[in-house]
Amino acid sequence: MPPTTVLPAPEGTLAPPTWRGQLQSSLLGSRAAPDTPPAPVVHTSRLRDRWPTTAALLRLPGAVIGLLLLAVIVGIALTAGVFFPGDPLDIVGQPLLRPGEDAAFLLGTDHLGRDIAAGLAHGARVSLLVGLTAAGVGVTVGTLIGATAGYFGGKVDAVLTWLIEVFQTTPSFLLVVVIVSITQSSLEVISVVIGLTTWETVARLIRAQFRALLSSDFVLAARSIGFGHRWLIFREILPNALPPVVVTASVMVAGAILMESSLAFLGVGDANKVSWGSMIGGGRDMLRTAWYLTVIPGLALIVTVFSLNLIGDALIEAMNPRLRGGAR
Amino acid sequence: MSAVLAPRFDEAPLLDVRGLRVSFGSHAAVRGVDFQVAPGETLALVGESGCGKSTTAMAILRLLPDHAKASGHVLFGGRDLLALPEPALRGIRGNEISMIFQEPMTSLNPVLTIGEQIGEVLRRHQGLDRWQARARAIELLDRVRIPHAARRVDDYPHHLSGGQRQRVMIAIAVACQPKLLIADEPTTALDVTIQAQILELLRQLGEEFSMGLLLITHDLGVVGQWADRVSVMYGGEVLESASTERIFSAPGHAYTRGLLGASLRLDSNVFYRNTELPEVRVRADATTGERSFQLETRPAPEAREARVVTPDTAPLLSVQDLRTVYKTARGDVAAVDGVSFDIRPGETLGLVGESGCGKSTLSKTLLRLVDPSAGRIVLEGTDIASLPPRQLRAHRHRIQMVFQDPYGSLNPRHRVGDILESALRVNGVPDATERRRRVADILDRVGLPAASVDRYPHEFSGGQRQRIGLARTLVLRPSLVICDEPVSSLDVSVRAQILNLLVELKQAFDLSYLFISHDLSVVKYMADRVLVMNGGRIVERSDDQHDLWTAPRDPYTQTLIRAVPSPRFAPPPDDAVEPPATVEPVAEVAPSFLMWRFAV
Repeated sequence: MPPTTVLPAPEGTLAPPTWRGQLQSSLLGSRAAPDTPPAPVVHTSRLRDRWPTTAALLRLPGAVIGLLLLAVIVGIALTAGVFFPGDPLDIVGQPLLRPGEDAAFLLGTDHLGRDIAAGLAHGARVSLLVGLTAAGVGVTVGTLIGATAGYFGGKVDAVLTWLIEVFQTTPSFLLVVVIVSITQSSLEVISVVIGLTTWETVARLIRAQFRALLSSDFVLAARSIGFGHRWLIFREILPNALPPVVVTASVMVAGAILMESSLAFLGVGDANKVSWGSMIGGGRDMLRTAWYLTVIPGLALIVTVFSLNLIGDALIEAMNPRLRGGAR
Repeated sequence: MSAVLAPRFDEAPLLDVRGLRVSFGSHAAVRGVDFQVAPGETLALVGESGCGKSTTAMAILRLLPDHAKASGHVLFGGRDLLALPEPALRGIRGNEISMIFQEPMTSLNPVLTIGEQIGEVLRRHQGLDRWQARARAIELLDRVRIPHAARRVDDYPHHLSGGQRQRVMIAIAVACQPKLLIADEPTTALDVTIQAQILELLRQLGEEFSMGLLLITHDLGVVGQWADRVSVMYGGEVLESASTERIFSAPGHAYTRGLLGASLRLDSNVFYRNTELPEVRVRADATTGERSFQLETRPAPEAREARVVTPDTAPLLSVQDLRTVYKTARGDVAAVDGVSFDIRPGETLGLVGESGCGKSTLSKTLLRLVDPSAGRIVLEGTDIASLPPRQLRAHRHRIQMVFQDPYGSLNPRHRVGDILESALRVNGVPDATERRRRVADILDRVGLPAASVDRYPHEFSGGQRQRIGLARTLVLRPSLVICDEPVSSLDVSVRAQILNLLVELKQAFDLSYLFISHDLSVVKYMADRVLVMNGGRIVERSDDQHDLWTAPRDPYTQTLIRAVPSPRFAPPPDDAVEPPATVEPVAEVAPSFLMWRFAV
């Protein structure tokens, strides 16, 4: 047995013989890792263990603000029928009342004498429905197509990339107008159609991420262990490919709400429903004389998109175990 | 802590660093460092990752990010660089002190020709005009031994190989004939043969220009061959400064001794069957922060009994005339070109080659991550080269791989427990309790705490992640493990631990290894037999009759072995790793041979 060189060590710091010693030794040379044995994992909170993403999300101030704002908007949408019974398209008062001019109409009335507050509340339902459905459909379709193209490559990729390019070069708004004109202009159809014409951004993003991640070592390792395609796509690659999509999705919500408003402006929207978009479209003619007709629903739109953006950013952080950090 | 030997200077030192401290916020990266560089001298700053050696280099030229705070003195030509105003400093950077970096692929601007990039420095610092600068650039390219300099001067960086780019970087660095050149891991990203050429070039240029060289490296072989003096750094402090000869023959500090013991050299005869590598351990006292260093050779485990391998034992893996062809825009390229070899049960077969030789493609082909174009891969009697995917699944678990990069080979979004358990589930272990038991068992075997299952990969250090990678391969109970550069990205001391672990696990799980590395000394330690690969072919193989290390036959092998940096100085006499001189070089281990270990 060769001699062991020992430098005078402070007493009581001899390496424990078992795994602890080995752990300690492999910490050696690591970046500023403390040389104390690791503290046992303390299970402080059930939430933290079972839903680490949710728990991390709730610790981020941005997420909390975003969630609160969104909750207020959703609350208004849900309670619209209670606070503003009746049809928001009914003419209820004098036209073009400024906000605060009449106590009965806190946010004023539009050029036909319809209550803006009622429109805003009922419009929240429509706009949220359109925005979230369209973004949901777009993200789902885009992810599936992008993932398939990126993962399988070759001929599949060539065909799908061609499809993506077709959709990218076709003016999507025109496509929506055409489809909505020949089908029925109900809100559900409009939302799905908007989603189906805006997926290509997501598809391109996901495809590029998949191409890059496919050759990474951890995917190779998973393949050599024998995982099938479904596992590789959904468990190994997709979670690492999602962050840029989350950001895009929150922008897509805003895009869909605005697209619905343009449809309403052109008269191909659902004429029986009031939406923030149709309110903005209706007020646009009087932007100089009655600016509040546009600004009020516009602000509602900005707040919604802002809250979604905050949630999206926080979600990226919360979904990443490294950024989530500090939790343990 | 630092025992600085005053260097014998005939004149004032060129660079005098006194009490340099750098902190990033509350983290002290460099904690009072002193060293001097004399004109024409090469000082090596040695240490493992995170020891503050690169931060020290950046602090000398004040290239640290804004949130870093540096204090102390960096005296250069009578001026304190830390106190100098920014414009004056810009006149020194690239002119009197210049720097070259590790990564030649990204240090050059891809949209400018190399002539323009060399000329830029000359025009900035020496006021040459465009044509003078170009003429001088050609001269410099010639100086750094780039062939056909006059023609290459108009090339863009992507026309050049990695080694050539590093030469261009050196040309830029020495363009203004600086008094001091700081080289931060200049050859870490390069192949061994290129490394030797680059270091030789640096030495020659140092002599020609009588230029001081501050060489920052983790590689003790490089230090031993090229440096005049050495400063060993750990945890932001210089532990020991001495002449290279003294560091290698009579190291004063336990940490230095540990590094030397844990690093492998080609000229010693340590072999995994007879010697365990010593591991250096560092402990910090929790209250005083005082560190203590300790060199440990774990007590000898049970005899490393080799299974009796006779030539007629059926091989575990038999590769016959394997070809893998990639289709590229310029036609087909055979990355693996007619390779044949056997791996016998219980054997470690080493595979040596430089980047681009096809060793990675070979390992991917063996795992069927890439489909072979021709040939047979017979694993325990079954030819897996042409099995359809569905049938291949049943064989996958028997041949597994340990990857080079401990950071990239684990999915950052999965807990360690999930990574290991899902591998078992997909390979037909349906019972959750059984899976958890096996995961806990394997974690214990690779030396990780049971609590690791709840943690994510980023919470572990590089060496620990490599242990997780090992656990992932071993949890499937393979019979053959392909180790693709498993220790190349680890520090010397961690490397010794992982190598010891690999040897221990090989014994415990009755494994065979295909051990792939560009590092010849590691292969020499680990492998029973060795293959040398070049250009997709096996150019030389060692066997019971032919010892490749002492008598290489193929010219490529000879070049490779000659290029390995080896210290000019013999290891210290009390070197814990050196086996007694009476022991002959080990080839195949006969059981009686193992007895010497207990006789010592």
